[in-house]
Amino acid sequence: MAGVRPRVRVPKEAAKGEVVEIKTLISHQMESGQRRDSKGEIIPRQIINTFTCTFNGDEVFSADWHGAISANPYMQFFMTAEESGTFEFTWKDDDGSVYTETAELTVN
Amino acid sequence: MNKALTIGGMAAAAFVITGWSVGFSQDRPSVPPPEGSPLGELISGYEFRTPETQALQDDDFINPGFLWVENGEELWETADGAAGKSCESCHGDAEDSMNGVGARYPVYSEATGKPINLEQRINLCRTENMQAEPWRWESPELLGMMTFVRYQSRGVPVAVEIDGPMQPFFEAGREFYYQRRGQLDMSCASCHEANYGMSLRADMLSQGHSNGFPTYRLKWQGVGSLHRRFRGCNQQVRADRFGYGSDEYINLELYLAWRGMGLPVETPAVRQ
Repeated sequence: MAGVRPRVRVPKEAAKGEVVEIKTLISHQMESGQRRDSKGEIIPRQIINTFTCTFNGDEVFSADWHGAISANPYMQFFMTAEESGTFEFTWKDDDGSVYTETAELTVN
Repeated sequence: MNKALTIGGMAAAAFVITGWSVGFSQDRPSVPPPEGSPLGELISGYEFRTPETQALQDDDFINPGFLWVENGEELWETADGAAGKSCESCHGDAEDSMNGVGARYPVYSEATGKPINLEQRINLCRTENMQAEPWRWESPELLGMMTFVRYQSRGVPVAVEIDGPMQPFFEAGREFYYQRRGQLDMSCASCHEANYGMSLRADMLSQGHSNGFPTYRLKWQGVGSLHRRFRGCNQQVRADRFGYGSDEYINLELYLAWRGMGLPVETPAVRQ
């Protein structure tokens, strides 16, 4: 889907063993498949069905999303920082599109 | 049987409006009203919302209205139309040139002899200066640009001109505000002046100020214009709705801006 915009916020730096907060937001209409258009036809479902966050290749958080998730879904979760590395965030769309974003974390 | 019906009736009546429920604090922030205002104090719609909704507005990262701001920012720099210009070509950095602009609309237009609002001003720029097609009301483009431009005035107190040539339109707006309409026979004042702070079913009535628009409404799952909200209100009292950008709504927008004079612009606000 065009015009989808992921946003991610993680701290740039953390102390070893510190719990860091990760926030993500993505613009998406999350069409539930329950609504009808002005002609009475069902508008086909189109949602982001999977969200994954990995750190240096290891999965730290993932979620399966269903029809009742709001538009522009927001996710907030935590991770214990043990080493420096790269977060990779992935959102998978019903239409096969994949939206990705990365962020760096330096552990002192 | 009759008694049961009566009790049922009383329960239904009690259900309609209940006063000062928890969550609406009596010592909420407010600003003094403009001279001649029917309100003793001006309270932003923000104060009437739940802590969860307020938290969405407080953090610019979580606030989904910023998706529209970012969209508008991109459009600001994008050339369009036969003249090959973008907004930036004339107005430069929006942070400087648009600061305070969103707080003083609607303004009087010499060309049309009536007030125009910010949506109309943006589209005039497009048709006249950029020689581009005007954007449709409630299109992602117009909402994005509106939100972006109003955001440059965030924190600036609303200040509209109501004197001189604006006066008859201001009066017409006031008349619209107090006119009872629709099958429910309600005016804007029935809810937003006489009963603000009261619960109407699951909702808490606000003073109905416009300082947060365009607003991200959870109900809409997106950003919408003030005129969309007007249409929703009119429909809820089972009245005829007026068109986007109609004279009736522009006059009402002007009057409403005056009612909220002094409240800071909150765009992009988050509401229920």
